[in-house]
Amino acid sequence: MSRDKRICHDDAIATLDSGMTIGIGGWGSRRKPMSLVRALLRSPLTDLTVVSYGGPDVGLLAAAGKIRKLVYGFVSLDSIPLEPHFRAARQNGTIAECVEYDEGMLQWALYAGSLRLPFLPTRSGLGSGVVDVNPSLRTVRSPYADGEELLAVPAIRLDAAFVHLNRSDQSGNAQFLGPDLYFDDLFLGACEPGRRFVSCERVIATESLLDEGTFHTLRINRSMVDGVIEAPNGAHFTNCQPDYERDESFQKHYATAATDAGRWEAFTKQFLGGDEGRYQAAVAEWSAAQ
Amino acid sequence: MTLLADIVVVAAAEAFRGDGEIFASGMGTIPMLGARLARSTFEPDLMVSDGEAFFVGNELPIGGPDKLVEGWIPFRTVFDTLWGGRRHVMMGASQIDPRGNTNIANIGPWAKPKAQLLGVRGGPGNTINHATSFWIPKHTPAVFTAMVDMVSGIGYDRAEALGEWVQAHHDLRRVVTNLAVLDFECKERRMRLRSVHPGVAVADVMAATGFDLVVPADVPTSRSPSETELATINRLDPRGLRLREVPDPQ
Repeated sequence: MSRDKRICHDDAIATLDSGMTIGIGGWGSRRKPMSLVRALLRSPLTDLTVVSYGGPDVGLLAAAGKIRKLVYGFVSLDSIPLEPHFRAARQNGTIAECVEYDEGMLQWALYAGSLRLPFLPTRSGLGSGVVDVNPSLRTVRSPYADGEELLAVPAIRLDAAFVHLNRSDQSGNAQFLGPDLYFDDLFLGACEPGRRFVSCERVIATESLLDEGTFHTLRINRSMVDGVIEAPNGAHFTNCQPDYERDESFQKHYATAATDAGRWEAFTKQFLGGDEGRYQAAVAEWSAAQ
Repeated sequence: MTLLADIVVVAAAEAFRGDGEIFASGMGTIPMLGARLARSTFEPDLMVSDGEAFFVGNELPIGGPDKLVEGWIPFRTVFDTLWGGRRHVMMGASQIDPRGNTNIANIGPWAKPKAQLLGVRGGPGNTINHATSFWIPKHTPAVFTAMVDMVSGIGYDRAEALGEWVQAHHDLRRVVTNLAVLDFECKERRMRLRSVHPGVAVADVMAATGFDLVVPADVPTSRSPSETELATINRLDPRGLRLREVPDPQ
């Protein structure tokens, strides 16, 4: 029997320090480890570097003033293209340092990190505004006959990684049942061992891992994971297919509240004042009243 | 009277003519309808997706549930496909300049934008790796501007500065708007007026563009859909979503 790595949200967050680099899996408003993000909001941690294909994870952390540096391919709520807190943070200049990459460049940075390479070459980004606004980016020349000059995307290494999967066993063999793994394996791979956290809808027995999906869905194995957090509805209000779709009406409520200081304060008080159980209860209550 | 929405869908479809067996990727209603119309009519080998993670093998109405899955295309495979050059995307642009540099990222200086938009997203990788076209629902001088605030998609001047491989593969195909179709099919690789939509004068397009266009002596009118195409468009968009994006000027 392999090691039981189950841990609660707050104990996971307690292993982090201010100033750390945190990678957050998922994509936009899809299968985001929101319960871990909410736990991060409750913590005193600050001055974080956040790496994400961003959605409301980035919005919430930016609104709470947790982010010192942000590395992103984009930040969007998908059905609502522009993330209001991210917009405000960028327009008010409240994030001290921003690194904006092409979506494929960010994959390459995480892949390089997960392979322990210093960089990976690509054409994506060359000639674009990405190199204009990231003057520290360097190019590399092909050592072969073509001699082509390519962009050298520097590896990203993470101090902590959060991803949300559909299922996991207690030792971190985790499963995605939806249409896309996104880059969750790379976030875990690019992270130093010790703070690689998988939250999941349900912790199941290893023997049950093939009950709901084929072996192709077992893309996260326990060598990539240090802690497993059972978090039913943990991706709310982002989607977690096939367990649930995005809660569009709540997302709309979030986005509307985010554009007004008074309404945002009320939103925070109603939904983010307590622990995960309180959040889920407040959401259920709000939904019932709609 | 042909609806403007149908003219632009046909113009979007025309952008994919000759593409063969590649991923025709349409961002938004009009580009998606264009790709699907092309596939259903004159470009049957095209591959189209449901906008999520699957290639669909049947003629699928926008948002329709009855998809025949013919392949799996999660984001990682999208990147593989686009870096491999087997894709033509039609996407939006908040700004575009005469050499085809585009911006979807932000308005005003990047360091502290006046308006944060989408960020560069996949624009840099798209434009350097494969054919890219643009759909711009409102043709105005603010969009068609001499200089974009952030280059999310590279134009011909930037591609020309990047060496042989990029020059050989960088391919800005069409710019479809509510007034006209534009391209870069001239020796200078500057934006050229390809056709004007019915009822639109060349002078209207020039007035709505914040720089000088290359204007041929003879500018044709954008073609109207055939009856077969019109029937196909109506099957692909039974709820008329295209009219919400492109209301008829009449």
